Amino acid sequence: MFAFTYHRPSSVRRAAALVASAEDGKLLAGGQTLLPTLKLRLAAPGDLVDLGAVPDLSGISLAGRTLTIGAMTRHAEVAASPVVRAALPALADLAAVIGDPQVRNRGTLGGSVANNDPSADYPAACLGLGATIITNQRRIEADDFFLGLFETALEPGEIITRIAFPAVKKAAYVKFRHPASRFAMVGVFAAKRTSDIRVAVTGASQNGVFRWQEAEQALRRRFAGKTLDGMSPPADDMVSDIHGSGEYRAHLVGVIARRAVEAAADA
Amino acid sequence: MTVTRIGEAVRRKEDHRFITGKGQYTDDIFRPRQAHAYFLRSPHAHARIRSIDTAEALAMPGVVAILTGKELAEDKLGDLICGWMIHDIHGQPMKMGSHPALAKEKVRYVGDHVAVVIAEQLDQAKDAAAAIAVDYDVLPAVAELAGATDSATLVHDEIPGNLAFEWHLGDAAATERAFAEARHVTTLEIVNNRLIPNAMEPRAAIGEYDSGNDAYTLWTTSQNPHVARLVLSAFVGIAPEHKLRVIAPDVGGGFGSKIFIYAEETVCAWASKRVGRPVKWTGDRSEAFLSDAHGRDHITTAELAMDERGKILGLRVKTRANMGAYLSTFASSIPTYLYAPLLSGQYDIPAIHAAVEAVYTTTAPVDAYRGAGRPEATFVIERLMEVAARELGVDPADFRKRNFVRKFPHQTPVIMAYDTGDYRASLDKAMKIADVKGFGRRRRHSARQGKLRGLGYSCYIEACGIAPSQAVGSLGAGVGLWESAEVRVNPTGNVEILTGSHSHGQGHETTFAQLVSDRLGIPIEQVTVVHGDTDKVQFGMGTYGSRSGAVGMSAIVKALDKVEAKAKKIASHLLEASVADIEFRDGQFTVAGTDRSIDFASVALNAYVAHKFPTSEIEPGLKEGAFYDPVNFTFPAGTHICEVEIDPETGKTTIASWTAVDDFGVVINPMIVEGQVHGGIAQGVGQALMEAASYDRDGQLVTGSFMDYAMPRAEDLPSFQMGFTQTRCPSNPLGIKGCGEAGAIAAPPAVINAITDALGTEAVPMPATPSTVWEVMRAFGPAARAAE
Repeated sequence: MFAFTYHRPSSVRRAAALVASAEDGKLLAGGQTLLPTLKLRLAAPGDLVDLGAVPDLSGISLAGRTLTIGAMTRHAEVAASPVVRAALPALADLAAVIGDPQVRNRGTLGGSVANNDPSADYPAACLGLGATIITNQRRIEADDFFLGLFETALEPGEIITRIAFPAVKKAAYVKFRHPASRFAMVGVFAAKRTSDIRVAVTGASQNGVFRWQEAEQALRRRFAGKTLDGMSPPADDMVSDIHGSGEYRAHLVGVIARRAVEAAADA
Repeated sequence: MTVTRIGEAVRRKEDHRFITGKGQYTDDIFRPRQAHAYFLRSPHAHARIRSIDTAEALAMPGVVAILTGKELAEDKLGDLICGWMIHDIHGQPMKMGSHPALAKEKVRYVGDHVAVVIAEQLDQAKDAAAAIAVDYDVLPAVAELAGATDSATLVHDEIPGNLAFEWHLGDAAATERAFAEARHVTTLEIVNNRLIPNAMEPRAAIGEYDSGNDAYTLWTTSQNPHVARLVLSAFVGIAPEHKLRVIAPDVGGGFGSKIFIYAEETVCAWASKRVGRPVKWTGDRSEAFLSDAHGRDHITTAELAMDERGKILGLRVKTRANMGAYLSTFASSIPTYLYAPLLSGQYDIPAIHAAVEAVYTTTAPVDAYRGAGRPEATFVIERLMEVAARELGVDPADFRKRNFVRKFPHQTPVIMAYDTGDYRASLDKAMKIADVKGFGRRRRHSARQGKLRGLGYSCYIEACGIAPSQAVGSLGAGVGLWESAEVRVNPTGNVEILTGSHSHGQGHETTFAQLVSDRLGIPIEQVTVVHGDTDKVQFGMGTYGSRSGAVGMSAIVKALDKVEAKAKKIASHLLEASVADIEFRDGQFTVAGTDRSIDFASVALNAYVAHKFPTSEIEPGLKEGAFYDPVNFTFPAGTHICEVEIDPETGKTTIASWTAVDDFGVVINPMIVEGQVHGGIAQGVGQALMEAASYDRDGQLVTGSFMDYAMPRAEDLPSFQMGFTQTRCPSNPLGIKGCGEAGAIAAPPAVINAITDALGTEAVPMPATPSTVWEVMRAFGPAARAAE
């Protein structure tokens, strides 16, 4: 680890100011990606601004059909929350299969979404549910938020404060784990609302999380796993490496999406 | 206070220490004024070093010294050695490339040691290492084993064709004849995938030089501290043996990877004199991936010849083994004498011929990893047996039974004389536990769920407890493979066992104490096992090859025999009887046929008080040492049966059930033995389903972290169904055969035999990851069985 200046502000405003004024500042929101990166000396931020002491960034609340989760809420809290379990069980299921117990007890929703790791689970939920990412500056629709590998619509100094999810019952997340990292090799979040059908895929694409629109269109005719039989996205867009070819991942997206839709339809 | 008997599943004495965090590992040791070492490693697989400029780095904060191959040469330090001499097919000695602890002219794999930076703090050492300017002339990599001997690039300039040696075993002409007479020949192309050991504790070392006594102490993560001292003294030339103390404190797993003498501990010991301070190095996980000796990595063509009744006539094997960039400490013995002599498996095979090429590549050195040659051999023969049975249309279990060795002793055509065993008993028992009869029903049940189910056998044998010193010497070993022990009875009757075996997870502190408790009739709590320190333990050859029980404990038995003999003499004086009339049982010395007796503790006290026996006849004290040299290898064997269920949509294999029936001879502590088998199976399943070290064409390690190198986890394994059969090993006093490697040896072919049974094709490489299985299914047509 290289030396850095550590800050622990008590307000979002102060945190934003610290990051803005730092030469190369980074927000610390659980640190389950950042800290290993620092330990391997793969990043050398001058300033680390820890959001752990900012009040009100953590917590879960349900208002009408909107479930709002604070950015610093730990995965384990989401997984164990009776509120989430009742209003949006698919999200609790997703949180329960992130990483391992250590990661779930330290990692946060906002940290995961802001990092936008192409194999992370939460981005699939945000995109699959049409969530709204709320920052210290504005509200960003999930469709506009995820821009590519580790890239988001966040501006410098912009901090996610909470995320609003529509409470959808007919939703499910199915994850096929990468054999080594246990991140999603393919993770599919499928959801059906009266107005909207969404199938969001993480882990597989070279461009990070994406909506599989061909599947969504097909599912509008009939929301059932069978509808996706034989379908898979173009293999050219998929990651191809020692762990699997693009063809394999494309095939897997079709299989896992079908299973996610089956689970969502049964929910 | 009760006696613990051999065969009792007592809990491990050492676990209190480990579980409460009181273990003392090398990294837990802090020496006064210690400085920290960090190794600058080669980023290239192959390069000539034009120059190393350390000026800027030396001026950085906290830097104590920077040392390179130049300083190593100044101090005339010898190379790291390979201690097993193989003579090739022409009778010439193997070609050993120079292996300096710090590179001199060339670097030969990514992770090779270029320089060591010693600084007040580790981060300062890392900062300075980044400021060292190395001018490399980058050379082409030799990363592919298959093409290495045809490469125009030489890993060692003086070794043509990158060939360390060509070697063979067995009777080529007799084998030719067997194939000429054969009615059926089964042929397989096999790749035994390269593995990275990944012990939980990374390697570490602290070197400390005492200028007052001109002596060194080296704390290091070693499975065999005495061997480390011998090599560092006699070959590397750090210090004479009596001026070098090697301590291997608590060690968190080895699996073979901590047998070897590596550059890092060599440099820490050497540098401690140069800088006049203790020098500490603890490897991180990334360094472990790059520079721990890897395992396996064979390419093999194997052929099995049979007559019309399915009786095996001959076996022909051609293997190319990857040695990596240098010959590591025991590397040359692994694909030769620890491999080819095991190719006969549990079978009566009249003619065997094995030809082996040992090849240099620009990759990390390859040496022993749990099983060491024997898993590779078992994979060859057990895959052949399964495939041959399928080709002949015979039940794989029946085919094995037809060819089992039934009479003992049995001399194979490849060195080994199997002493005892009952292979049929293990197979029958395993089939019963696994409910093989019910497999068809389970397969149909899986098919209804859209899954493919398969069953695979592995009837393995291994040669453990290595081994008679004269025998291994005749095969090229540079050392004898006996073991030593000392039994130190204290005046108050408690006992310290000093052993040359080293415990790094095997539970010796319990099993060795159990032996003493049983023998001397004292509670296990009154026995302490001392190991891992060359100043305390008289000598030892260390722990590997499942030898601690068969060889290490036998040495303890010999010392206990001497203790008992002397104690009887003392007791005869105390009881005023003839020594011939003294019986010793359950901790009591009794005059035969009387009720006159005295307990062990009283005899121990009297031995030291020495008031009641003539010291002109009997020396005071009660302490005896022994060296034990085995008369043969031991031959643990058994049958493992694996049942898998494959999801044809994703290619994911799930281990549905696992049955292990092992014959380890006499079992000291069944709980510990089962634990050893569990761990071994986990590693074997890891090799079969998940683990693969992968280098790209430039020789960069692609699987350099747990993000890409898949290790088995608890959720990947079922609960194991275990059973034992027992034939007592005749070659050691306890009848022990050894259990440490059995699981890792047995498991891979059991898994692959099950997967190929499920898929209906033999073309399944290891590791059979989901994507690999899916690709196999895609290439070899839709498996019809799911639709049945």
